[in-house]
Amino acid sequence: MIRVSMPAHLRTLAGVSGDVTVDVDGEVTRQKILDALESRYPMLRGTIREHVSRERRPFLRFFACGEDITHQSPDDPLPQQIASGEEPFYIIGAIAGG
Amino acid sequence: MSNVRVLVGTRKGAFILTSDGKRENWDVSGPHFAGWEIYHVKGSPADPNRLYASQTSGWFGQIIQRSDDGGKTWFQPGTPAGEPTTTPEGMPKGESNKFVYDSSPETGKPLTTHQFYDGTPKPWEFKRVWHIEPTLDDPDTVYAGVEDAALFKSANGGQTWNELPGLRGHGTGAQWQPGAGGMCLHTIILDPNNRDRIFIAISAAGAFRTDDGGTTWKPINKGLHSQYIPDPNAEVGHCVHHIAKHPGNANVLFMQKHWDVMRSNDAGDSWQEVSGNLPTDFGFVIDVHAHEPETIYVVPIKSDGEHYPPDGKLRVYRSRSGGNEWEALTRGLPQSNCYVNVLRDAMAVDSLDACGVYFGTTGGQVYASADAGDNWAPIVRDLPPVLSVEVQTLT
Repeated sequence: MIRVSMPAHLRTLAGVSGDVTVDVDGEVTRQKILDALESRYPMLRGTIREHVSRERRPFLRFFACGEDITHQSPDDPLPQQIASGEEPFYIIGAIAGG
Repeated sequence: MSNVRVLVGTRKGAFILTSDGKRENWDVSGPHFAGWEIYHVKGSPADPNRLYASQTSGWFGQIIQRSDDGGKTWFQPGTPAGEPTTTPEGMPKGESNKFVYDSSPETGKPLTTHQFYDGTPKPWEFKRVWHIEPTLDDPDTVYAGVEDAALFKSANGGQTWNELPGLRGHGTGAQWQPGAGGMCLHTIILDPNNRDRIFIAISAAGAFRTDDGGTTWKPINKGLHSQYIPDPNAEVGHCVHHIAKHPGNANVLFMQKHWDVMRSNDAGDSWQEVSGNLPTDFGFVIDVHAHEPETIYVVPIKSDGEHYPPDGKLRVYRSRSGGNEWEALTRGLPQSNCYVNVLRDAMAVDSLDACGVYFGTTGGQVYASADAGDNWAPIVRDLPPVLSVEVQTLT
């Protein structure tokens, strides 16, 4: 069970109040986590990754175990602490004022 | 007695203001979609309880929200065609809506670039919905004007959207370029006298018209003169800020251009300037009285470099002669130290007698006049910056 921490606006859209959990099969990657998240919460499609290109929206970043993995391959395996749910997978909005 | 519902989009959420026909005491609900930019909220003429809202964010993209109960509750209608309406766990789906440009060979419109600010070609990239226009007869059929400029249509209540590619691909699309606010399609006018006729406007491309329901389009910018573009009389490239039309006046259009207030008597085939005695003819909004087709309203703004009223005085100007002769309407509006702007979709009229006129400011005020502009009072003073104002007259 993987824990995912999202920005407040995405939690509101998804209708949840805290971290959410998803399950993925096999090796845990960012791609698989986001696929599982969008499958569980379809209203988030297009808000994290662009609808068609599936590229990360530019003002969002991803962190795992204190490390910025935004620019790593989405298919890179993530640490065991993420896979086990010991540490959450963070989706973070850039601080850009307003 | 009739009621009035004012739909306000702001930088940080939507607000719904309601009153009875006297328009003196107001109830305020909101913020809806708190913290999000709400570019536009509009109700269906065919079903006033059907509302659509454009909810956007630089972080999270575009969401279309829909209400079927006049704004009490909202949901996201977008569910991809062919997919179940609930998740395997039974949760209702509300997928953020997709706006995908049509570049298919089947439509013959594989247009891929427009001009960037510096004139270089730039691929079309969807950013947000600026304006939503429900059709006159069917609450489920609705148009959306988007940035980068294109026109989309939904025939299923906002669940799915398809581009009308004839506009973007009609021939001048590669010459369009963004205005300061982006390359947005911000005005959609459906003609009640001719259901195949639609007018739209784009910053900074100009005005366009279809006479066949959106299949083919043509620029309607003859007579516009814009000193700030390489060819001031070009077929496209004009920064049209807004267009207004009285529903009963078939071929008359009024336009607030970047600079210049314009009028057309032939459905946009030609335009004449009617700025007349305005203190400045720069501005964003323009609207028409509900019952007097030759009575029009603008809010003059000092200049394109100084987006606030001249002399710090917030004045609506009214012409009762279809332009050229204007009177300042000041009663109840701040006449000193006022430096707000009124954005292009932030003025609307109700259809009561006397006609109510409403506008919102970047300072968060929404002003109302229940007597066609003679007297004004703020409904609310301290909202986030107002992006759009629409009015529903409910009977």
